[in-house]
Amino acid sequence: MKEKLVMVGNGMAGMKTIEELLKLAPDAYDITVFGAEPFGNYNRIMLSPVLAGEKTIDEIMINDLQWYKDNNITLHTNKTVVEIDRTEKKVVAEDGTCEFYDRLLIATGSNPFMLPVPGGQLPGVIGFRDIHDVDTMLDSAKTKKKAVVIGAGLLGLEAANGLKLQGMDVTVVHLLDCLMERQLDQPAAALLQTELESRGIHFLMEAQTQEILGDDYVTGLRFTDGVEIEADLVVMAVGIRPNVELAQKAGIHCDRGIVVSETMLTSDPAIYSVGECVQFGEHTYGLVAPLFDMAKVCASQLADIDHKHYAHTETSTKLKVSGVDLFSAGVINGDETTDDIVFQDPANGVYKKIVLKDQKIVGVVLYGDTFDGSWYFELLREGTDVSEMRTHLLFGQAHLGDSGHGGVNDAVAAMSDDAEICGCNGVSKGDVVKAITEKGLQTLDEVRAHTKASASCGSCTGLVEQVIAHTLGADYSDSPSEKPVCKCTDYTHDDVRKAITEQKLTSLKALMNAMEWRTVDGCASCRPALNYYLIAAWPGKAQDDYRSRFINERVHANIQKDGTYSVVPRIWGGLTTADELRTIADVADKYEISTVKITGGQRIDLLGVKKEDLPAVWGDLNKGGMISGHAYSKGLRTVKTCVGQEWCRFGTQKSMQMGIELEKMTWGSWTPAKFKIAVSGCPRNCAEATIKDFGVVAVDSGWELHVAGNGGIKVRVTDLLCKVQTAEEVREYCGAFMQVYREEAHYLERTAHWVERIGLSYIKQRVVEDAEGRKALNERFLESQVYAQVDPWAQRASEGVDAHEFAPLTQINKS
Amino acid sequence: MSDWIEVGKLSDIPRQGSRIINSDDGDIALFRTVDDEVFALRDECPHEKGPLSQGIIHGKRVTCPLHNWVISLEDGCALPPDEGCATHFSVKLEGESIFLKY
Ligand code: SRM
Ligand SMILES: Cc1cc2nc3c(=O)[nH]c(=O)nc-3n(C[C@H](O)[C@H](O)[C@H](O)COP(=O)(O)OP(=O)(O)OC[C@H]3O[C@@H](n4cnc5c(N)ncnc54)[C@H](O)[C@@H]3O)c2cc1C
Ligand code: SF4
Ligand code: FES
Repeated sequence: MKEKLVMVGNGMAGMKTIEELLKLAPDAYDITVFGAEPFGNYNRIMLSPVLAGEKTIDEIMINDLQWYKDNNITLHTNKTVVEIDRTEKKVVAEDGTCEFYDRLLIATGSNPFMLPVPGGQLPGVIGFRDIHDVDTMLDSAKTKKKAVVIGAGLLGLEAANGLKLQGMDVTVVHLLDCLMERQLDQPAAALLQTELESRGIHFLMEAQTQEILGDDYVTGLRFTDGVEIEADLVVMAVGIRPNVELAQKAGIHCDRGIVVSETMLTSDPAIYSVGECVQFGEHTYGLVAPLFDMAKVCASQLADIDHKHYAHTETSTKLKVSGVDLFSAGVINGDETTDDIVFQDPANGVYKKIVLKDQKIVGVVLYGDTFDGSWYFELLREGTDVSEMRTHLLFGQAHLGDSGHGGVNDAVAAMSDDAEICGCNGVSKGDVVKAITEKGLQTLDEVRAHTKASASCGSCTGLVEQVIAHTLGADYSDSPSEKPVCKCTDYTHDDVRKAITEQKLTSLKALMNAMEWRTVDGCASCRPALNYYLIAAWPGKAQDDYRSRFINERVHANIQKDGTYSVVPRIWGGLTTADELRTIADVADKYEISTVKITGGQRIDLLGVKKEDLPAVWGDLNKGGMISGHAYSKGLRTVKTCVGQEWCRFGTQKSMQMGIELEKMTWGSWTPAKFKIAVSGCPRNCAEATIKDFGVVAVDSGWELHVAGNGGIKVRVTDLLCKVQTAEEVREYCGAFMQVYREEAHYLERTAHWVERIGLSYIKQRVVEDAEGRKALNERFLESQVYAQVDPWAQRASEGVDAHEFAPLTQINKS
Repeated sequence: MSDWIEVGKLSDIPRQGSRIINSDDGDIALFRTVDDEVFALRDECPHEKGPLSQGIIHGKRVTCPLHNWVISLEDGCALPPDEGCATHFSVKLEGESIFLKY
């Protein structure tokens, strides 16, 4: 028989413990969890972004009910435990549900402290702790006007920001003269207050609430100086109290919190406790980083593996208000034994203070520029002697080396592997880099999934992205030409392209045979690459192998995270007509398409289309004169335009017309990676042509041609290729540039990386200087377009191509 | 009790391709490898439930279309370092006919 582990409190610290335990010893216990809330486990931290409308409740679920089932955990939701019987070793919930335990884990968190003033119990007076509170606030915002938040700490300000964004008139009331006084000193607090005031939040400082007014619902507040203000909603955010009631009643030793040892044991050797309900030494806690440490310790003790011990560590604070950068840790206001080093640039809203004691950092306050926060925090926690770097300290880590001015990349490079990136989950730079390189991760989501970095409060997201850019960036410049295509071969991309043309190989099978591929039919990395190289080399001759294309290119729509698809019709140069819009509207109605979105590429995206509906949706769009926008392809995506000379008072050329001509010429083409074009009517550049693969900017005397830009993790501004005079030249240079790219770049290598690898001068030589060569390239481009410009939607909607993709084989039932 | 149910013919599935079978408790993906072997998995990636039927099939493996986990068709399990398994169903071929144990 397995031992029974019962947990009370289905919150962040407790469930983290269970998750860690499952990793260490998946089968050690029969686990039962009681939660007073009606949900699975959610990311409480993210309630602020939910209130601000930046996230939905669904998005902040960590473990949904299915997860508990999958892991064989019995979850009692909506059941508050009211009694622990330590003699019989059982817990009893309000409704009588009873469970026996061998070991018990108490993780009841804390309760918002409600000011004991008259009227404090009135409806409309709430705390900010759980989904229920957020729902109350969102409902109030719909029908009511005035919100008052008592307390200008982290929670209070996040509540105020959210309520303001929901359209309420918000006043923050604070007892002291300085907001977030535990994390900020006067100057930083003043900057923050100015910023929040500029967003329309009012502050009433040094105001002590005496009474909350109202008969059967809150109507206002009165302060000790007799002043009264109106309120339809009052949020108390004046602090939290460890939730010890249950433990106390059971006779477990409690002080301010449930007292635990360094193994997370309470005074009862069968009962552990973690989270905000706990008191360790003098400390109680209100941020997740130390709680997650407790969780790891407790899990190791429960699993009887590696017996970790808990030790108190410093925590750092960030505020989750979009657009406000704030970091603080340690001692905020120094005394006569400390030195403050301060940098102040109020015009730019930047303030930095480092508090030093005996040549060590003991406190940090950063406002406006928090990039070096984690570095200072590392120095603080490790007690590093900073006397050597003292004069440069405020300029950040990147400025320590010889290079003088370091960009972001240098700063990331300068971080040690141990530097903590994600405070909540204790993930270091080294962990992130290792995951990226060992598991071949490419995106923030992947890194989040594998390392948990930025998965809790999300405030380190920017930093994680910089580490990704830095790590993958090095990979890009690491001359990819030298690397084999994938594990199936030792040959490089260039070897393969050469073999295809020299040995006149036109099929995948022939190619893999000729190059002695190690696997029968390659893998998901090489097959799409080889397929592209073949069709680029032999337009019309090589057979396009659909089994070697990613799903989006196979079914000509973008797969979404729930398995539905999105459909983006081509909207030439960003111009549409009333008829096209009507067709789109009719399609949206007919197929019950819930989301219709204007994309960043100047077109319209229909999201959430069921796979089996795709051919019919396309058929209807075709009837309205629209074809595939290839929003899914490694090929031409969009041609964005601005209104240009046609309408704009500054326009110097007809940019809309130019955009449409370029799109008519280039649509349907396959390229190594996606390819985007934009045309702006003057150097004000409203079409953002200078971050496109091919950007055209009109000037009085003609057209500037720009190449190799992109947005993305690392924005790259285009290089100027040359200036030309006529529209015909623009088209010819465009075709020639695309064709060199098509013929020579590596699969998945976007123009920005390609041009950085081979150099702009090579492109200039091929496309600008060699006029004959340019013409030939353009002709080859146009020749291949003859085979490429076939609308894949029409083929599937009316010619029955690939019908098997869209219909199930059969239906079976358990009889 | 599970029974062998005839679900279709080999030629219904393109080589290196997949078809879906709708069932009471969710879709089942039927895969045909380059060597004409047939496998069946619940059409749900162990990672975040991506539809495995939509992935690229290579050897006796499929790469999930959502985040590129590689899943073995033989047992439904992800290749290390990823962890987790999609439910696996037995399949047999009798001549051209495909039978699924369900
Ligand atoms: C739909 C759209 C967002 C929107 O609602 O506006 C979008 C959606 C996606 N973009 Fe984008 N991008 C969209 C405009 C852009 C733009 C803006 C633009 O084109 O002017 C950019 C910056 C310009 C650029 O490309 O450089 C952009 C830069 C990216 C990147 C970064 C590319 C890079 O080279 O670094 C990715 C990631 C990638 O390709 O690996 C990406 C990837 C994606 C993917 C494919 C992510 C994915 O793999 O699922 C998204 C597909 C969603 C879907 O299934 O529909 N999207 N994406 C836009 C579609 C435009 C269209 O009409 O076709
Ligand atoms: C709006 C908001 C923003 C925050 N932002 C941040 C941030 O940016 N960074 C950060 O580090 N931290 C932040 N925090 C704090 C963080 O959320 C908490 O530190 C953390 O959730 C505490 O975890 P816990 O498990 O101890 O308690 P909880 O997550 O509160 O879990 C306790 C659970 O136990 C349940 N429970 C209590 N008593 C019983 C009982 N008798 N029977 C059954 N169930 C019971 C409760 O209903 C609750 O679900 C924020 C908190 C809030 C509310
Ligand atoms: S920026 Fe692009 S890739 Fe990122 S979430 Fe938006 S649409 Fe998706
Ligand atoms: S859902 Fe399959 S890899 Fe993420």
